[in-house]
Amino acid sequence: MVNLTPLLPELFLFCWALVVLASDLFSKRRSASLPGYLSLAGLVITGFLLIPAHDAYLWGGMFVSDPFAVFFKIIFLGAAFMAIGSSFGLAGRMTHHRGEYFTLILFSTVGMMFLASAKELITLYVGLELTTIPLYVLAAYTKSSRASTEAGLKYMIIGAVSSAVLLYGLSIIYGLTGTTFLQQITINLSIYWLSYGELGPAFSIALMAILAGLAFKLALVPFHMWAPDVYEGSPTPVTAFLSVGSKAAGLAAIVRIFVGAFIAFATPVMAPRDWGSTLAVLAAITMIVGNIVAIRQTNIKRMLAYSSIAQAGYIMVGVVAASNLGVSAISFYVFSYMFANMGAFAIVAIIAERTGSEQIADLAGFSKSSPVLAGLMAIFILSLAGIPPLAGFLAKYYVFAAAVQAGYTWLVVLALLTSVIAYYYYANVIRMMYLSADPNPHHIVPSFPAGLVLALAGIGVILFGLMPEPILKLAIAAASSFVF
Amino acid sequence: MDQYLVIVPLLPFLAFVINGLWRNRMSKNTVIALAVGSVGLSFVTSVLLFIRLLGLAPEQRLIQQTLFTWIPVGTLKLDMAFMLDPLSAVMILVVTGVGFLIHVYSIGYMAHDEGIKRFFVYMNLFMFSMLTLVMADNLGLLFVGWEGVGLCSYLLIGFWFHKDSAANAGKKAFIVNRIGDVGFLLGTFLIFWTAGTLRFPDLAARAPEVFALGGGAVTAATLLLFVGATGKSAQIPLYVWLPDAMEGPTPVSALIHAATMVTAGVYLLARLNFLFILAPTTLVVVAIVGCVTALFAATIGLAQNDIKRVLAYSTISQLGYMMMACGVAAFGAGIFHLMTHAFFKALLFLGAGSVIHAMSDEQDMRKMGGLKKQLPTTYNTFLMATLAIVGIPIFSGFFSKDDILWQAFSSGHGNPLFWLIGVLTAGLTAFYMFRLFYLTFHGQPRYDQQTADHLHESPRVMTVPLVILAVLSIVGGWIGWPKVLLGGAWFERFLAPVMSHAGGGAAAETVGHSPSLEYGLMAVTIALVLVSIYAAYSIYNKSIGRATSLRQSLSGVYKVIYNKYWVDEFYGATIVRPLVKGSIFLWKIFDVVIIDGFANGLAYLTGDASTMGRKMQTGHLREYLTAFLIGTVLVIGFLIVR
Repeated sequence: MVNLTPLLPELFLFCWALVVLASDLFSKRRSASLPGYLSLAGLVITGFLLIPAHDAYLWGGMFVSDPFAVFFKIIFLGAAFMAIGSSFGLAGRMTHHRGEYFTLILFSTVGMMFLASAKELITLYVGLELTTIPLYVLAAYTKSSRASTEAGLKYMIIGAVSSAVLLYGLSIIYGLTGTTFLQQITINLSIYWLSYGELGPAFSIALMAILAGLAFKLALVPFHMWAPDVYEGSPTPVTAFLSVGSKAAGLAAIVRIFVGAFIAFATPVMAPRDWGSTLAVLAAITMIVGNIVAIRQTNIKRMLAYSSIAQAGYIMVGVVAASNLGVSAISFYVFSYMFANMGAFAIVAIIAERTGSEQIADLAGFSKSSPVLAGLMAIFILSLAGIPPLAGFLAKYYVFAAAVQAGYTWLVVLALLTSVIAYYYYANVIRMMYLSADPNPHHIVPSFPAGLVLALAGIGVILFGLMPEPILKLAIAAASSFVF
Repeated sequence: MDQYLVIVPLLPFLAFVINGLWRNRMSKNTVIALAVGSVGLSFVTSVLLFIRLLGLAPEQRLIQQTLFTWIPVGTLKLDMAFMLDPLSAVMILVVTGVGFLIHVYSIGYMAHDEGIKRFFVYMNLFMFSMLTLVMADNLGLLFVGWEGVGLCSYLLIGFWFHKDSAANAGKKAFIVNRIGDVGFLLGTFLIFWTAGTLRFPDLAARAPEVFALGGGAVTAATLLLFVGATGKSAQIPLYVWLPDAMEGPTPVSALIHAATMVTAGVYLLARLNFLFILAPTTLVVVAIVGCVTALFAATIGLAQNDIKRVLAYSTISQLGYMMMACGVAAFGAGIFHLMTHAFFKALLFLGAGSVIHAMSDEQDMRKMGGLKKQLPTTYNTFLMATLAIVGIPIFSGFFSKDDILWQAFSSGHGNPLFWLIGVLTAGLTAFYMFRLFYLTFHGQPRYDQQTADHLHESPRVMTVPLVILAVLSIVGGWIGWPKVLLGGAWFERFLAPVMSHAGGGAAAETVGHSPSLEYGLMAVTIALVLVSIYAAYSIYNKSIGRATSLRQSLSGVYKVIYNKYWVDEFYGATIVRPLVKGSIFLWKIFDVVIIDGFANGLAYLTGDASTMGRKMQTGHLREYLTAFLIGTVLVIGFLIVR
């Protein structure tokens, strides 16, 4: 009998998701409270279950619960918690399939957790699909809205293409090495390399196909075209979950494969088959395009979509470093990004709920009518922009430090320049809220679960900016899951 | 008890946060109770911590508390950590004790000001910053406090910001201090670069190994830090902001610009005594700057007519004494004078505030006179403070000033010339202080009828702090009663563990000077002070007629010191105006044409690029897929072709 303790959090969350599904049968017609609160409770319990599941592996290393996996699972659970917390308003207006909504988010979270733990290609791919398929449905959840339906369809078609590209790359790797276990892949590749001194163009194609397939999840340019449309059309909490949870999952996969198995091919010494410089170019283009196009957006969800494209570019700067510091830096980055981005989207959801508008211009005078919400929004935006003493500043700092250490100074210079562009569109939101003279007619008070999400996000952004030590320790432990 | 250190700065901080955020929803009395109460509790905590410190063996008197690591970057690890040793214990007692009295006094003084809530918010922030400064266990955190008090100083000098003069004075203080801060920061960087740590206990342990005696690194670092100290502690050449700082409310002048903040520079030197002692060159510079400042400011004080300005120059002069003490490696004596000065100078300012309050905001001494009868409490307490500052025996100032003068003469780093200047300054101090005293309280009233009608003694809430400070001004020096006068020199022994590296103080007495020499020097000082007092008495007591004729016969000298040696004008002509002209040139030509042109051009370009990028987002799925596939092909091609 296999000891399933390492799998306990995933198993529990899966079963709990079914309970949530059933619970909707008993909840009142116009209230989302029961399945919603059940989901939140389930996520918290799963979080605690991570403790006994710590530091173990299953099935010959197919599924590991190392510090890296645990760190990212915390992020997934946090993102799901905040997404569900800000969904109560949306779910309250649903007439059908309310339980399914929460269940799908939980299913997707289970997929992400699987993905983070996978050290074998098939497991990884299944985890990825389990993550993504519920998200296709969630993106199209507001069936009455054309934009939402369109978002779901676009997301699914492009997602299917990228899956195909990814699988193509994975299959070549299997063909080259005869195994799907990441550890064995590394060993076989080095034997191959030592024996022949060459890996042939097939390996390069495989590397890049995998990269392209996963770049879709992270919305790196030029694999980003779907993101603005899908982000804008999806229900806002789903957008938030897409931009944080799904992105973190894609990042976990990239780190697992590229830093975990192909670390030897990170440095330019291995040119022309080094993935480091290609990824650096992708990161550079992503930062430039994401930030520049964000400037002219008038819809705040679309603006945040481009902002999150740019953020993925910054994260890639840390991946490019492919070092101990790099992995701990991106882990910290995603952690702080989770708070700031979920918080910002939660506020957008709350406002849109009430005013029906997602335009940046309609934020005018918001600081007078709802000072607390406006203040929180400003804090989230400033953290995304990377202003000290908020968590986002330290995150950027560590990522840049890692890249400089790895010799990618040009990339950091570019990152700094583009973050100046970012100040423009970030500051624009704050300018609208605080400096516009137009009065805002809406005094908005968030519901209890949404308030909880905002409080959590606000505390996270401020607290981990001032005393990052506990999270840094976890992030450094996460990086120790890899051999450099 | 060790984990309670943080309470001392935290209490005022909490009051600051609560009052700062919700003062408009709270009544005036709640805001005041919170602000004053928090400082009072902070004082009580300080006393308890002090008692706890006394309970430890002298060598073990060090309590530390690390809250969390604040900035871990490479080898730099800055902790949010506080420490309490005899030096910081003295400082927190002075800061919270005098601070509390001044807070109480402010309740009365600011009662009719509509900005009173904002006033207390700033005051609490100041208390928090100052306590952080003196309790920080590393230079990084100390700098946080250093900048915090600078900010509060700026905010409080410009408290009545609708007055142009107040707003300008705030700006001046801020900018001049900025110059000092550059030195401070460079010095800090240099220390970290050479010693690899910014923690005081580590630095103290490592300094003798890392730095050679008189070496270039330690000399440069200490000189740079001293530049910072001259800014904050108003020494030549950066003293010019302090007289203008008198534009702030009087309790602010008492708390920030006399008793606490301006002594931060002296504290910094004493805190880093183990570094300064390794740099004899720096010590000489410190001593010279100190004694020249002392004399220079005292002469300016002779001819000022604004009661607060006289006190401001007096503060600069007394800070010069403290610097001189540090310069002759008598850091303990410097801190001793810092403490007694906090008592009597706070009292002088609060007394002056009481006078100004009574005189309907008149500050010109020429329009006062004969206030003794109307303001009995103010008069009596003010007299105590005046006797203390001029150094009449048994008053606190006597002990600390005498200690400094004796060390300046006898210490290994001392020089009879320093002593001579110190004594001259003491004579001048006695003269201008009694000039102020007689002009204000004695002679014929020179104010108009309207002022006379409103003349009244201040309320209890203001006079009680005066009385307490008066008592402290008398007895505050007794804890440092020197051995030569059959005392125990307890204060010096208490500070000894912190100063053990300095080798000053006690060591100097073994050099072999006889007690009779010390008596002799003391007698010279006292004699000169008494003569000066008599001179002030004979000129200013009865009428200002004699003063007028004296002024005419010395018109040349008078003009020079009345105009403060034209230092402000000199700075204006040599530094400020060329800078402004250069700035205007850079602004009109370089900034508007080149920089703005470039930046605007770039912004237009970026904007256009953004519009273009936006148009590429057509919404057509087939185009997205094409982009995706082209992208894939491109990255693969990039890898293969390259």
